[in-house]
Amino acid sequence: MTNRRLFVVGLVLALGVAVVLAQFASSSPDGLEYVAEQEGFLETAGDHDLAEVPLANYGETLTSNGWANTAVAGLAGTLATLAIGSGVFWLARKTNGDDPESAST
Amino acid sequence: MHIPDGFINGVTSAGFGVAAAGGLGAAVKQTGKYLSERQVPLAGLVAAFVFAAQMINFPVISGMSGHLLGGVLAAVLVGPWAGFVILSVVLVVQGIFFADGGLSALGLNIVNMGFLGAVGGYAIYRTLLKVLPKGDRGLVLAAGIAAGIAVPIAAMGFVAQYAIGGASNVSVGAVFTAMLGTHVLIGIGEGVITALVIGAVVGSRPDLVYGAPEYLGRRTEALA
Repeated sequence: MTNRRLFVVGLVLALGVAVVLAQFASSSPDGLEYVAEQEGFLETAGDHDLAEVPLANYGETLTSNGWANTAVAGLAGTLATLAIGSGVFWLARKTNGDDPESAST
Repeated sequence: MHIPDGFINGVTSAGFGVAAAGGLGAAVKQTGKYLSERQVPLAGLVAAFVFAAQMINFPVISGMSGHLLGGVLAAVLVGPWAGFVILSVVLVVQGIFFADGGLSALGLNIVNMGFLGAVGGYAIYRTLLKVLPKGDRGLVLAAGIAAGIAVPIAAMGFVAQYAIGGASNVSVGAVFTAMLGTHVLIGIGEGVITALVIGAVVGSRPDLVYGAPEYLGRRTEALA
């Protein structure tokens, strides 16, 4: 597989996971939240500072269509992570990757 | 596994925030030194994949789910320091755009999932590589087992933070027992998913796998 092809396949897979597979995700609390509830310290959790952002809780309150909410959240989050992640790595290389051994490609 | 605001007191959270920021700075520096230009898109893609995979909560026991952390997965693919950076990016995106994981708890979460999960998990992976059979099967097995162990280790990170600055008066022993028991089970899912993904990549493009010892030489040669 060429690099470009691998990138496209990988991105399609990631988007498929975030947009389609995420529709079937369990809505039960995760391990930490479950433990907090069982042991009785869940109430120490405060409200999130950004609880009002449009995609809070993966778009839970975006529209009345739960499927669409998850799809939009998955799509936006995956692409945002790709963009920010790539940007950080590009900068990391630009600022620190100047030794001849790694910068000669 | 995302700690919300409030579970851990402000002083402790801030302390871990400083530690996480320092660690992240060092990780970015280390990553810049070994990551090749061709690996930059791959590292970005792994970050996107970890975000996507973390959306999938799988049922574990009645009333409880777990989701992939992805630390070992990322570390084996692009190296432990890039793995640390990837988990940090994912946690920042989740915290800012999705209100998932408290902003004051960002440092706590980065230490648990980024440092313990990716860097710590990778150390376990390297140790396992030495004792398991050589070749692709050993590599995939090592990645899966390390990923499985990394989950309860990250959970123990939370227990330590709770012991230092837990905001409730529930005993540390009770939190320890509950966190360990539940996250050992979640770790099984982490291990299976990690082994499947690493197996698929090793099967198609082994030269892209940072943690594959037999390919490191070839890749370095190609880059020099």
